[in-house]
Amino acid sequence: MSFEDQIREKLTVGLTPVRLDVINESAMHAGHRSSPGTGESHFRVLVVSEKFAGQTRVNRHRMVNQLISEELAGGVHALALSTYAPDEKF
Amino acid sequence: MSEKDVNAWIKETIEGNDVVLFMKGNARFPQCGFSATATKILQHLGVPFKDVNVLDDQGIREAIKSYSNWPTIPQLYVKGEFVGGCDIMREMFEAGELHDLVCAKGIPHQHHHG
Repeated sequence: MSFEDQIREKLTVGLTPVRLDVINESAMHAGHRSSPGTGESHFRVLVVSEKFAGQTRVNRHRMVNQLISEELAGGVHALALSTYAPDEKF
Repeated sequence: MSEKDVNAWIKETIEGNDVVLFMKGNARFPQCGFSATATKILQHLGVPFKDVNVLDDQGIREAIKSYSNWPTIPQLYVKGEFVGGCDIMREMFEAGELHDLVCAKGIPHQHHHG
């Protein structure tokens, strides 16, 4: 399974999001000095979940980072993350 | 430095400086887009900060992730407290919350009051 699929599956199971965008932006960074050139290094993720309600930004990011810790340790080099509760503007 | 020494150095650094940015590259020459964004935000607010280039020291690069329980760089500390990474800094900046934070903490900065 690709990192993209793994991220999508783990966040779906862990956060039961009402909206989840996982965008692979690796191609935009191909050739950069820091790019591993795997095609699965840079992701942009937007998660809207009831579980974020009442949580600080730092806690929300920690919830996501924890769910995909294997991917972050195993080759996902950059993650741009936006987290919202359903009643927030996104 | 041993792991213990690295953690002590991190603690001293964030307690001894009002604003610390752990980043890739330095404030004059960031070496990652996320670190560049974080630097620009602080410079726009006119907040003086200590930049720590984690690319200079593999020990610090690894230790800061567990120290903060945060897997990515950059990382911002204000008055010894972890604030967040690049995305959080940007969201807070756009909402005016980063300016409010440095005001509340009594940190010198350029005024952007309306």
